[in-house]
Amino acid sequence: MNIYVLLKRTFDTEEKITLSNGQINEEGAEFIINPYDEYAVEEAIQIKEEHGANVTVVTVGGEEAEKQLRTALAMGADQAVLINTEEDIDEADQYTTAKIIAEYLKEKEIDLILAGNVAIDGGSGQVGPRVAELLNIPYVTTIIDLQIDGDRVNLVRDVEGDEEKIEATLPLLVTAQQGLNEPRYPSLPGIMKAKKKPLEELELDDLDLDEEDVEAKTKRIEIFLPSERQAGKILEGELDEQVKELVSLLRNEAKVI
Amino acid sequence: MDFDLTTEQRIIKKTIKDFAEEEVAKGALERDRTKKFPIEIFRKLADLGMMGLPFPEEYGGGGADTISFAIVVEELSKACASTGITYSAHISLGGAPINQFGTEEQKRKYLVPLCTGESLGAFGLTEPNAGSDAGGTETKAIEDGDDFVINGEKSFITNGSYAKFIPLTAVTNRKDGKKEISAIIVPTDAEGFHVKDHYEKMGLHASNTTELVLENVRVPKENLLGKRGEGLKQFLQTLDGGRIGIGAMAVGIAQAAYEKSLRYAKERRQFGRSLTHFQAIQFKLADMAMKIELARNMVYKAAWFKDKGKPFTKEASMCKLFATEMCSEVTSQAVQIHGGNGYMKDFHVERYMRDAKLLEIGEGTSEIQRMVIAREIGAR
Ligand SMILES: Cc1cc2nc3c(=O)[nH]c(=O)nc-3n(C[C@H](O)[C@H](O)[C@H](O)COP(=O)(O)OP(=O)(O)OC[C@H]3O[C@@H](n4cnc5c(N)ncnc54)[C@H](O)[C@@H]3O)c2cc1C
Repeated sequence: MNIYVLLKRTFDTEEKITLSNGQINEEGAEFIINPYDEYAVEEAIQIKEEHGANVTVVTVGGEEAEKQLRTALAMGADQAVLINTEEDIDEADQYTTAKIIAEYLKEKEIDLILAGNVAIDGGSGQVGPRVAELLNIPYVTTIIDLQIDGDRVNLVRDVEGDEEKIEATLPLLVTAQQGLNEPRYPSLPGIMKAKKKPLEELELDDLDLDEEDVEAKTKRIEIFLPSERQAGKILEGELDEQVKELVSLLRNEAKVI
Repeated sequence: MDFDLTTEQRIIKKTIKDFAEEEVAKGALERDRTKKFPIEIFRKLADLGMMGLPFPEEYGGGGADTISFAIVVEELSKACASTGITYSAHISLGGAPINQFGTEEQKRKYLVPLCTGESLGAFGLTEPNAGSDAGGTETKAIEDGDDFVINGEKSFITNGSYAKFIPLTAVTNRKDGKKEISAIIVPTDAEGFHVKDHYEKMGLHASNTTELVLENVRVPKENLLGKRGEGLKQFLQTLDGGRIGIGAMAVGIAQAAYEKSLRYAKERRQFGRSLTHFQAIQFKLADMAMKIELARNMVYKAAWFKDKGKPFTKEASMCKLFATEMCSEVTSQAVQIHGGNGYMKDFHVERYMRDAKLLEIGEGTSEIQRMVIAREIGAR
C-alpha cells in the first residue's frame, strides 16, 4: 500500500507570536509540524504497522521544512519529499499549494492520502479537498477513525461534535481531525535513523510547472493580531437597574444598538 | 564557528521538551513532597530509546553526541531536577565508564541493560572518609583465588537502589605504602552487598541517594574495569563527562526559575504597577537571562570539545562551576522576585533553590573545580 501524507511546517501557536510590518516575525518563532498533519502522520504509521505500507511525507515550502520532514521520518515515515518553492514563489495560497501537490502526485500510484483537517496558521482547510478534486479521487474530511479492510475503508467523521459513519473505497484522501489518534514522540533511534532516510528535493521545474500555473487566486490584504480584550464590567444592584444600565451601555458606549 | 544545532539535535530538543512538559513537569511538585522515585518516567524514557543516548548502537545505544546529552539533561531538569540528576548519573557516571573502559564482554553484559533501561546506572566513588579527596578510598578488595573479596562503605551513591550492578573504586594492593586503586563492577544482588536508602536530603527528594555497605562481597576478577591500579584515574576522567551533565542540570533549573519569575513579575502588581515596571526587578531578570545564556554556551562548548575528542577537563570544570553557582544565584533571586509566595512550595521556586544547592557539591565541589581550573592554567 502506498500512503502519502501532506504536511505543513507552521508556527507553534503555544509560543509567543509577534508581528512586524504586517508579517509574522520568523525570528525567534518556534516552528512545528501542523498539529492536524501530525495526526495524519501518526495514522499513516499505524496503518503501516498494521497492514504494511510505504509512507511518503510531502511538503511544499522552503529549506527550513527539513526539520519537520525529518521529524516525520523519525516517527516512522519511509521517505520525504520537499517541494521547494522558496526561489520561485512569493505569494502562495491554497490553490497554489494544492496544484503543486496534485501535480507531484498525479503520476504516482496512490492508495491513500492523509492530510490535516486545517493548518493552524491559515486555517482554510482547503488543501486536502482541492488535491482530491484535482486527482479526481473521493475525499472525506475531519475523520476521527479509520479502518482498512482490503480496498474498503470504514471511517468515522466528526461533524461538529456528532459522528458520521462513512464507507469508502481506496484510493481515497482523508483529512485528520483531533481525536483520530495520539501522535507518538519520535524515538531517539528513530531520530538517528531519519538522518539516513531519503529526502527528495524538487522545484517547480521538476514538475513541469511555471510560476503562472500556480499563481495565487487570492490576495492577503492585511494581517493583524486580535485587539486586546478590555477588562469586563460587572453590573451591580437590583435587576431592574442592571437591565437599564446594560441597555444604556450597549446604546451609548458599545454603540451596538 | 556555527551556533546552530544540527537537525537531529533540534528534533531531540523538541521531542524531549514536549516529553518533559507532558510527562515530567506535572508530578514534580508532588514527588518533591512524597519523595517518590519517578520510575514510570524512566520506563517511558527507555521506550523512547533515551537511556543509552550517547552509547554505540551495537550495544543498544542511540549513537547521539554529548551536546544532545546536555540538551536532554537540561530539559528534564527544567521540569524536575530529581529526574534530571537520575538521568545524568545513569548516563555519565553509570554507563560512561563501562563504555570507555569496559571489555567487549563487559559492554555486552553491562552496557546493554543500561541502554535498554533494565538497570539504572550508578557510580561508587565517595566514601565516609573520601570525598573531595577521592584518593582517600578505604574500601578494600583482597584477592582470593579467582575472586576479589570486597569490604567497605560508599556514601551518597545516586541510583543505588535501581542499579543491578555498580562500578566502584577499591584498594586492590599497597606498594611502598602507596595505594593501588582499581575500579570493579559489583552486582548489587551479590551476597553481603547492602544498598541503604535512608538519607534525608535538603532537595532532589525524588532522586535516589544511597549508602552502599559491602561485607565480604565476592566477585570474579574478570569484573575488574579497565586497568588494575588505574581506577581512580578512570573515575576522575569519568567525572569530567559528568560535570557537563551537572552544568546542563544547572542551566535547566535556572531556566525554569527565570521563566517562572518573568511570568510572575508581569502578573504581580504592587504600587499599581506590575513588578516588571520596577527597575530593580528588571535588572534581576536581565541578569538571569544573561547568565543562563552564558552558562548554556559554556556547557555546549565543553560538550563540543568532548565530541571532537579534544581534552575538555578545563572546559568541563568551567561549565560546571559557572553554571552551578549561577543556578544558585538565579534560583535565590527567583524566590526573591516571588516574595512571600516564593517561600511557598506551590510556586516551585523554593524547590529549585534547594535542588540547585547540590550542584555546587556533587561531582566535585566548587572549591575542587577552582583547583582543577587553577591546575589546568598552570597556577601552582
Ligand atoms: C545528592 C548527592 C548525590 C551524590 N551522588 C554521588 C554518586 O552517585 N557517586 C559518588 O561517588 N558520590 C556522590 N556524591 C558525593 C559527592 O560527590 C561528594 O559529596 C562531594 O564530592 C564532596 O565530598 P564530601 O561530601 O566528602 O565533602 P568534603 O570533601 O568533606 O568537603 C567539605 C568542604 O571542604 C572543601 N574542601 C575539601 N577539600 C578541600 C581542599 N583541598 N581545598 C579547599 N577546600 C576543600 C569542599 O569544597 C567542601 O566545601 C553525592 C552527593 C550528594 C549530596
